[in-house]
Amino acid sequence: MIWSALLIVLVSGPVWAGEARPLGEDPAVEARLKHLAIELRCLVCQNQTLADSNAPLAEDLRREVREMIVKNMSDKEIIDFLVERYGDFVLYRPPLKATTTLLWVGPFVLLIVGATVLVITLRRRARKVVDAPVTDEEHRRVEQLLAQGGNRS
Amino acid sequence: MNRFLLPLSIFVVVVVFLGVGLTLNPREIPSPLVGKAAPEFSQPQLYDQEKIFSPADLKGKVWLLNFWASWCSGCKTEHPVLMDLANSGQVPIYGMDYKDERQEALAWLQRWGNPYPVVGVDQAGRVGINYGVYGVPETYVIDKRGVIRYKQIGPLDPDTVEKKILPLVRQLESQ
Repeated sequence: MIWSALLIVLVSGPVWAGEARPLGEDPAVEARLKHLAIELRCLVCQNQTLADSNAPLAEDLRREVREMIVKNMSDKEIIDFLVERYGDFVLYRPPLKATTTLLWVGPFVLLIVGATVLVITLRRRARKVVDAPVTDEEHRRVEQLLAQGGNRS
Repeated sequence: MNRFLLPLSIFVVVVVFLGVGLTLNPREIPSPLVGKAAPEFSQPQLYDQEKIFSPADLKGKVWLLNFWASWCSGCKTEHPVLMDLANSGQVPIYGMDYKDERQEALAWLQRWGNPYPVVGVDQAGRVGINYGVYGVPETYVIDKRGVIRYKQIGPLDPDTVEKKILPLVRQLESQ
């Protein structure tokens, strides 16, 4: 068993993960690219960032961003370049605008609505609970039942 | 009865939202370029590589710019629609061969027919990036002043051509 496991490990050899390969050499450029690319969405595989994606378009966009970094453009200029072409969708954090208000405020509105409903329900329920007066006779009977129960066990 | 009313109405609202969500295509990202000037380019032509294809040459015309590639399956689906539209002579369709091999592109057009008066070559995909292309085929309607008026993401179908492209082209022609 151990030998067969070892054999598999030895035979399969190194398995290379299909990671997006960096094309440039300058580490400063690569660092800035990485920092920018995790904020940007790949438009082909929409739940991946530009940094993670292996799609040809993502490779092209990384190349564009790399070139803009080399040209010394600011992060804002680079992001504006992409937003101009692909819209806010390329941003992982959509900006607060008239069209995105619901997106940003919605969860808080739901939270407030939920909390209000909870408070109202709890208050209503509290009002429904009525005091049930217990008479001396009932007390005596409870004592008696408890005493009986104790004897039985 | 009354105590079922609230859960039922919440259920109905959720169903309506989900129902609308089902009819939307998450791949269709609205283009910020509609209503803006079509980005300039000057790319070599596919057939005559010495010649340049540039939108500047098409000022004063209403035209379509179609990004395609021989490797793209959606382009094959769309191709008969483009052929019909080109043959009808209602609007010229200019092609942009996106990230493709020249020989394969030429063979593809040879085999299936060429709906384009001129095909530009965008080997590096830079023109595509300037137009916000993220998956071929994509088609732009460009007016006489060189403004993008409509973007079709994915293959054109006869219905879209009939109901969206042609009415828009006619309206732009009359301007």
